[in-house]
Amino acid sequence: MSGFVKILLILVSSILVNNYVLSRFLGICPFIGVSKRVETAFGMGMAVTFVMALASVITYLVQYLILVPLNLEFLQTIAFILVIAALVQLVEMIIQKMSPTLYEALGVYLPLITTNCAVLGVAIINITEGYNLVETLFSGIGAAIGFMIAIVLFAGIRERIELSDIPDAFKDFPIALITASLMAVAFLGFSGLV
Amino acid sequence: MLNIVLISVAVIGGLGLIFGVGLGIASKKLAIVPDELLGEVRELLPGVNCGGCGYPGCDAFAKALCQEQASISACAVCVADNANQIAKVLGVEAGEQKRLVARVMCIGVKDKIVEKFDYYGVQDCRAAVSLSGGAKACPVGCLGLGTCQKVCPFDAITVDEKEGVAHVEADKCTGCGRCALECPRNTITMLDPENRVYVACRLHQKGRAVKEICKAGCIGCGICAKVCKFDAIEMVDNLPIFDYDKCVYCGMCAKKCPQDAIEFIKKPKLKKEE
Repeated sequence: MSGFVKILLILVSSILVNNYVLSRFLGICPFIGVSKRVETAFGMGMAVTFVMALASVITYLVQYLILVPLNLEFLQTIAFILVIAALVQLVEMIIQKMSPTLYEALGVYLPLITTNCAVLGVAIINITEGYNLVETLFSGIGAAIGFMIAIVLFAGIRERIELSDIPDAFKDFPIALITASLMAVAFLGFSGLV
Repeated sequence: MLNIVLISVAVIGGLGLIFGVGLGIASKKLAIVPDELLGEVRELLPGVNCGGCGYPGCDAFAKALCQEQASISACAVCVADNANQIAKVLGVEAGEQKRLVARVMCIGVKDKIVEKFDYYGVQDCRAAVSLSGGAKACPVGCLGLGTCQKVCPFDAITVDEKEGVAHVEADKCTGCGRCALECPRNTITMLDPENRVYVACRLHQKGRAVKEICKAGCIGCGICAKVCKFDAIEMVDNLPIFDYDKCVYCGMCAKKCPQDAIEFIKKPKLKKEE
């Protein structure tokens, strides 16, 4: 029972309260870069979900089955990056095969998931929070869902903004940043929920 | 100490190896068959990436051709042979290959024009035009700062320093249209190369008004229209319009023009190639 509650708390925390993009400010690059249209944003969100969920589990296994028993915790960063890079390569191949249009729409931002600090962030936070395997999995899924919510919402707003009358100095990037910060402030409303 | 180093190397190396092998297997299973047709069509294209077809480069044009989104005639650079081959590969009709040539519609050389001011800015027509429309008094004349020369992928258009007007080498010009697109004054027009006579001036003013701006421009006197025995010239808005169906290329209009504003290109000698 308490295990289930803890998982629920982890989900709420990583999706809303400590949203990886809007509260922890990780993964800003694809957040700003892929959010011009809702379809590509959703595709990006799915790719990141897949990578985050798998990365959480595999990095957990690498940490507790290889690094800790051999007293090699200091190799955590490099080993995690290795895992994530391999996973992103795999995801890239899968997307290229399954949906060439999505592959071209995501363009360079797909391999950029590798250096996306949100993915490395979720892997490391899982370890520092001391989650067990199941909790790690849900933390990863929650983080990804939070990322997807943030990026899809942002894309929706940006599509609307494109048609609005924005002063020339603010067009495109500046107004996007202002919007993102307003979203972050809005998500502050969730603090204290968990 | 060495022990830890060796173990670290072994662990990371081992992980890398496992993932590498895993990815290798995955790449075989998820391999995509390369589009042969695309490769063939791309090979037959000139590969200059001039953008004249409207697509960003020959790769994109090849893709558009394979997806039947573009017609081969969009590529002005394709020689007749290649175009027919591409048509055969794609299994479509080749279509008319009407290659155009760029013509600079201005004869306002430096010693004949009036300048509004001395220009000391960026030596690019696009920059000059943003400064009060450029130094030349004529609003539609060639600024002579060489933007067209910079964008031509075939080195077919040059600006003579002394003359200050762009000049097209018809032999090198492939009609891709980049110069006409980039010219901020729209002085360059794409014409049929068979139409060997045209007026190299776009100013619609008459008589003295023209002379105040440029001593070399068309003054709209209409002598060319009167002299033409074949009724091929009509004066519209102070500029002669040529009817190329009636024109026999006698060159009389160019001879009689008091301003020497009509360009008459003599018939080219028979070329060796088809």
